[in-house]
Amino acid sequence: MFLGTYNAIMNTIEKLEILADAAKYDASCASSGGARKDSSKGKGVGSTGGAGICHSYAPDGRCISLLKVLLTNVCLYDCHYCINRRSSNVRRALFTPEEVVELTLSFYKRNYIEGLFLSSGIVRSADYTMEMVIRVARLLREEHDFRGYIHLKTIPEASPELISEAGKYADRLSINVELPLQKNLKVLAPEKNVTRTREAMQTINSRITETLVTRKEMRRSKSRAKKPTFATGQSTQMIVGADGSHDSDFLKRSEDLYGNFNLRRVYYSAFSPIPEPSVLLPLKSPPLVREHRLYQADWLLRFYDFQVDELTTSEEPDLDLDIDPKLSWALRNRHVFPFDVNSAPLEMLYRIPGLGVRNAQRIVRLRMYHKVGLEDLIKLRVNLKKTMPFMICSDHHPAKLEFSNEDIRLRFSPPPKQMELDFSAPVIGDKVIIENAETVTKLTMEAGKEAMHGEF
Amino acid sequence: MKTVSIEPNFKSWREMSRLLLGDMVEPANVIWRVGQLYPEESGFDDEMFFEFGKQGEEENAKGYQRTSQLPRVPKHFMSLAETLSSHRSGKQWAMLYEILWIITYGNNKAILYHHTHPTIRKVENMRKQIGRDIHKMRAFVRFRKVSAPDDDNSGREHFVSWFEPDHLIVRLNANFYRKRFAGMNFSILTPDECMHWDGNQLSFTEGVAKTHAPEGDELETLWKSYYRSIFNPARVKIKMMQTEMPKKYWKNLPEADIIEELIRDSSDRISDMMEETNRELKPRPKNAYLDYLDELNQGE
Ligand code: SF4
Repeated sequence: MFLGTYNAIMNTIEKLEILADAAKYDASCASSGGARKDSSKGKGVGSTGGAGICHSYAPDGRCISLLKVLLTNVCLYDCHYCINRRSSNVRRALFTPEEVVELTLSFYKRNYIEGLFLSSGIVRSADYTMEMVIRVARLLREEHDFRGYIHLKTIPEASPELISEAGKYADRLSINVELPLQKNLKVLAPEKNVTRTREAMQTINSRITETLVTRKEMRRSKSRAKKPTFATGQSTQMIVGADGSHDSDFLKRSEDLYGNFNLRRVYYSAFSPIPEPSVLLPLKSPPLVREHRLYQADWLLRFYDFQVDELTTSEEPDLDLDIDPKLSWALRNRHVFPFDVNSAPLEMLYRIPGLGVRNAQRIVRLRMYHKVGLEDLIKLRVNLKKTMPFMICSDHHPAKLEFSNEDIRLRFSPPPKQMELDFSAPVIGDKVIIENAETVTKLTMEAGKEAMHGEF
Repeated sequence: MKTVSIEPNFKSWREMSRLLLGDMVEPANVIWRVGQLYPEESGFDDEMFFEFGKQGEEENAKGYQRTSQLPRVPKHFMSLAETLSSHRSGKQWAMLYEILWIITYGNNKAILYHHTHPTIRKVENMRKQIGRDIHKMRAFVRFRKVSAPDDDNSGREHFVSWFEPDHLIVRLNANFYRKRFAGMNFSILTPDECMHWDGNQLSFTEGVAKTHAPEGDELETLWKSYYRSIFNPARVKIKMMQTEMPKKYWKNLPEADIIEELIRDSSDRISDMMEETNRELKPRPKNAYLDYLDELNQGE
């Protein structure tokens, strides 16, 4: 290939500009959930485990937690939604593995980042590219004893041996499915294929499980040998609004991936305009609120025991953009409401619009002591406006007719001319913070435990 | 009414509370006074903790005896109290004593889970503030590289940072920083207290003024260009950014220098993109690997 010429004339800043710009369409920024490790007995720097840390935020509201770059934006593939596809005329650049290592370490030591998220355009072949990516991770881990977070993008067509090797160095692996349906991939990303992606995810998932089992056995038998390491999770991303897929297609794919391959996260990224747009793409990007609703629905699937078929139906395969998916489900199922928060089982409380998992659990604890009333809910900062039509408590009983579906829907629909800027915290960011805050409290409490005696 | 005076730390509060409990002093009858944060080493003798007014001596002695039978409290309370020690307001001590009273004399351990109880709500809130502050300190400290002092032949790199925490949390973050950056020497300077790591041990010194911190680092140019490039001008959400990264932190974040510029230019960048004409499709080039993929895809 023609990489050499580009390299010679570009300095690190120019390369960084091109290769970070090319990487920014990947929404994943998580740096949480790595196995607990730190540099205390090492010769380098780095620690992971517990909540990830967002070291900065860009004006697009996204967390900056990792140095997210491509090794190169030269690519053989022709994915039409991607600025790096072979038919685009962008400037191309290539980092040497050493350059990426140096950048990662320098940023890390200044506390700018939690680690590296490395992916790459595909050069020569999947295996060749995968080897280059692995080389960076190996250098970081073995030469520099780096114990920070490493997320490697994996190429499904790479050999299972290489995928396994990547997992040895990484905390997280990911393969982007990009679009939920094979028939659309065929048009928009002709080199990609859902079946192969699923197979690779299967490989990763079995390595993750195997490693966990081996480590556990070694712990039990008190083995002194070095324990095998492997990434602790995998994730993926889908692009929303680039093809004609319905929200139900996205959610069904997510359900498939969470269920079969135990994915940590599915990211939804609203297709956003790129320089060098392809003729196959829609002219307009989808409203960002669609992405937001998908995250909310995803959250309901994972933590609230909802099924895709409850959130979307064959008549309405897309989520309601005006109101959140839980409220929307509740309006379709008015017959189950209202019920009493003092007697309903926890799983039912999860279904009340405006009531989150944490508050539902608190109510269950609280009602052991006394009947829960409106005042308690106010103190718990429950969104009463939203919950009241759907629940009964000691001093509140909604007459069914008092709140018609139309009323409720109107009350929670956004005003007609809402600007994109007004819509502040999408679930993803929101939840990340909550997770962080909780973990920090936990960590703080753990730190306190050392000096604690349990008696006063 | 009893006015008691403690140092603003968990140990001092606990000593005092043991005595007060022993004497069955009701929470409503205690006024808590807090001394200075870092008293002179020499002043560290027991009397300082127990200012019980006139019959101080006797009371002390009684208090000590009674505390030999320590009341048991849930672990959760201990860690709560310990965490809360770092709250800057000084208002936590009275509240903690009140809760302690309810747990012991009220025989009500469940108070801790009574999330609607006014005092519990207040302390939970304080704990959240501290948790957030700890987290923000982990996020927004920015190290700058300095040259090693002349007498240092260790070959280790030295980094220094300046941070202004809301609460007295430097020590709560000490282990985090030591474990994360074991392989380099560093100092984190704050107005309250400074923390130093030399590869062998952590040490703490008095707080300093910002002028003690280094001014810049050549890597910041690269960091800013990364920040610029990773920003997607198509989805400006300033409010979201500011909730997570409040403006008060900006003055110590090198990348914050270019935020305004990025926001200002974003709409131009987008309209430029929108005006681009769509690129035509191009035929697949001859390439052995692409042929191979094509074959795989046909096989499906
Ligand atoms: S494989 Fe597709 S999505 Fe990945 S860099 Fe190449 S063109 Fe872009």
